[in-house]
Amino acid sequence: MSTPTRAPSGAPAHLTGAGGGIGADAQRPDGVLKVRGEFAYGSDLWMDDMLWGVTLRSPHPYARIRSIDVGPALAVPGVHAVLTSDDVPGEKVYGLELADQPVLALDVVRYQGEPVALVAADHPDTARRAAARVVVDYEVWEPVTDARTALGHPTWNQVHETPAEVTELSRESAHLHPQGNLVRHLKIRRGDPEPTADVVVIGEYEVGMQDQAFLGPESGLAVPAEDGGVDLYVATQWLHVDQRQICAALGMPEDKVRLTLAGVGGAFGGREDLSMHVHACLLALHTGRPVKMSYNREESFFGHVHRHPATMRYEHGATRDGDLVYVRATIYLDGGAYASSTPAVVGNAGTMGLGPYVVPNVHVDCYGAYTNNPPCGAMRGFGSVQTAFAYESQMDALAAELGMDPVELRCRNAMEEGSVTPNGQVVDSAAPVVELLRRLEAMPMPPAPATGADVDLRDMPGGVSNTTHGEGVRRGVGYAVAYKNVAFSEGFDDHSTARVRLEVVGGEAVATVHTAAAEVGQGLVTVEQQIARTELGVERVVVAPKDTAVGSAGSTSASRQTYVTGGAVKAACEAVRERVLSRARDLVGRAVPDLRLDGGKVVSDGEGVALTLAEVLADDVVEETLEWRHRRTEPIDPETGQGFAHVQYAFSAHRAVVDVDTELGLVKVVEMACTQDVGKAINPQAVIGQIQGGTAQGLGLAVMEEILVRDGRVQNPSFTDYLIPTVLDMPPMRIEVLEYADPHAPYGLRGVGEAPNISSGPAVLAAIRQATGLPLTRVPVRPEHLTGT
Amino acid sequence: MRLSCSVNGTPREVDDVWEGESLLYVLRERMGLPGSKNACEQGECGSCTVYLDDVPVCACLVAAGQAQGREVGTVEGLAPAGELHPVQEAFLEAGAVQCGFCTPGLLVATDDLVARTRAEGRKPADAEIREALAGNLCRCTGYEKILDAVRLAADRMAGDAR
Repeated sequence: MSTPTRAPSGAPAHLTGAGGGIGADAQRPDGVLKVRGEFAYGSDLWMDDMLWGVTLRSPHPYARIRSIDVGPALAVPGVHAVLTSDDVPGEKVYGLELADQPVLALDVVRYQGEPVALVAADHPDTARRAAARVVVDYEVWEPVTDARTALGHPTWNQVHETPAEVTELSRESAHLHPQGNLVRHLKIRRGDPEPTADVVVIGEYEVGMQDQAFLGPESGLAVPAEDGGVDLYVATQWLHVDQRQICAALGMPEDKVRLTLAGVGGAFGGREDLSMHVHACLLALHTGRPVKMSYNREESFFGHVHRHPATMRYEHGATRDGDLVYVRATIYLDGGAYASSTPAVVGNAGTMGLGPYVVPNVHVDCYGAYTNNPPCGAMRGFGSVQTAFAYESQMDALAAELGMDPVELRCRNAMEEGSVTPNGQVVDSAAPVVELLRRLEAMPMPPAPATGADVDLRDMPGGVSNTTHGEGVRRGVGYAVAYKNVAFSEGFDDHSTARVRLEVVGGEAVATVHTAAAEVGQGLVTVEQQIARTELGVERVVVAPKDTAVGSAGSTSASRQTYVTGGAVKAACEAVRERVLSRARDLVGRAVPDLRLDGGKVVSDGEGVALTLAEVLADDVVEETLEWRHRRTEPIDPETGQGFAHVQYAFSAHRAVVDVDTELGLVKVVEMACTQDVGKAINPQAVIGQIQGGTAQGLGLAVMEEILVRDGRVQNPSFTDYLIPTVLDMPPMRIEVLEYADPHAPYGLRGVGEAPNISSGPAVLAAIRQATGLPLTRVPVRPEHLTGT
Repeated sequence: MRLSCSVNGTPREVDDVWEGESLLYVLRERMGLPGSKNACEQGECGSCTVYLDDVPVCACLVAAGQAQGREVGTVEGLAPAGELHPVQEAFLEAGAVQCGFCTPGLLVATDDLVARTRAEGRKPADAEIREALAGNLCRCTGYEKILDAVRLAADRMAGDAR
């Protein structure tokens, strides 16, 4: 097989920075390459004779294709191939959970940006110009652009009007898919079906469509192989689920489609679905040449799924003392044109949709619907982000109604170890919700806003735009707490595979860790090294390139890789260690009970046995490959939503302090504080990095980030118009990390990445609400929501 | 067209450059220097920041022809081969690198800021750092560790023990 000139490099041991085992701030092994600009991201891959592939996409959100004429495109000099769905040799539809999405459009396009045709040419601009010459004759249809309309459910007009019970799907709305427009309806029925309470608050909430906005565009390089297969180098989140879908589309067995992870410039869920994977392989196999595809930013907005927009109606009932009696919630998630991971997102939104509180009586309906909006699927927080805005807003509204402090109300109803979740699951490890909130309260507050001559414009809402010197500016403080499942739920066979090798090279013990777990920036490669150092007592650990030559590691999502692939690496290391110690015992010739590996030696504290690994291993290589599983979960009951659905929960809380220019509707977040229980911080520096980054994405959704979709068309597919927080938008943070070990998890660790992304935004929203006194039921909050103009 | 310019101190000449190509494209695809990144290609994200005659610019917004006869400095030229610039070291130590896609642009912007303030015999204040890096988007870190890294680099380069 030929290898690209610029190819993924793994993490050679000689480039590794400061080391250390678990609990140390070990430096990432790919860091030196990254700061030198030498790390090969998907968009950097290159081969001498490669072609460039581009995608022609539908301009219409809903249309029938009458005909496609590729002739004019093929006639452009420099063009080597123009392909349509007729050229897909295997299954013509694919999908993570349901195969419902065409590799290339069949007879109907269901969203703006749906891939219709592919072009390969010797220059990317040639390919783009040729793609524009493909003639597609569309019969344009009226798009369905609202989840409730798609399901035939009534819309909510008035806050205090209870919606009619919905039992039957309307037959009037157009069915976008043969099975109808309902992707999943999750029901939770727990306790008294007709509860009553002293105090009732009802609220309706909306969350806009957020984009992952990873910086590294979708990209990769497909290389046709001599055996008729293809080697794909690609920036992705789960190599093996990609491989399965690519093989189906190409009609090839798995041994003919080999994947290697290219450098990944962020993911956040947006790379869980296929993007250019099959397309590049089709073009490479068709032309017999390597084909590189790399989206530009505009195409990236159409090239991956987004976070589901949500419409939610909540009714909270409580006693006069502030004990929750019941919650009724109806949640609509707009899944867009194809299913992607909508069923699992609905599962999360429904089962964790009431927050980390004890609720005796629960009635939840959570719907995921097909529409002609952009497809939605995985994004950091995965169904839990949307509901957190609703349930935390409700807790604040209830506190106001009761005349209670919002933190007191939360603590009064907080989950703890032993509590039962709405899906009937006992929380069987630490759930320090109260402590997270109390610690936040105890943190010092930032200084009061400056006045008069002391004002630094850069600290004001509007900044150096010089829009205020403090007049009209009001401060607010808000709290929020959230929880989220770690790893895949509802009975999914969620596992990882690790191959660990120990050998002596040039007199030094070297361990090699080989997994298919995608490193997307979070630092799993560092964690893999740290675990191997701790378990094998060696300093030099090589992380092999991530590829499909080893078994599946599962997805880099659901905050699961340190837990699951970390667990697999730990188990494989233990198996290697057992074999090494067994050989050492044979060499010593008698039983030594406390033999262990440390500092490249086999040692015993009791007897001082010290054999070097060179003495034990000589030229032999000890290698073990293990598949590792966390404890099993089970599907929930379809009628009641009850069941042991989730492996582990992660808890985090935020306090936000904001200054709001109430005259112009501008928000300056002054400080964010976060507390989170991580069980065990395998790499404390990386844990803090996850909390800071997650907080930023939550803040972004609260005040600026939204893909605006009008009549099924995206209005702002660029970083000019889709805003993500800059360094001016992100305030300083205070962070406290708790480490209450989960006895079920390796090292007691808890998944880290998503929880802080969930509690951050609702805290910002609460702070703006406190500053302005406005109800604010929709995020992102826009200036006009604050000024009423 | 033919483009002649100096890149990281070395004279370079490339042929067959199409007039529509950006400096970023030529660096990445014709000169084998993919360190400067292509995150937005419209001047919003700063990940393609390079020096053009000592001034940081977004290479995606510079037509390749505009670099004719000029000095271009990229992330690959910050330190001699096999060595790391103090700014690069600080980003690694502070944990300011996660996915790393924004890193090359941030390194160039930070190098420029620290060099400017150092020439004035001082270190940049936090508000100044934020202003200087406001054109560089990062999606992973929330910027806190990037600020740490800039402070660390400025301290180191001022000779403060840390």
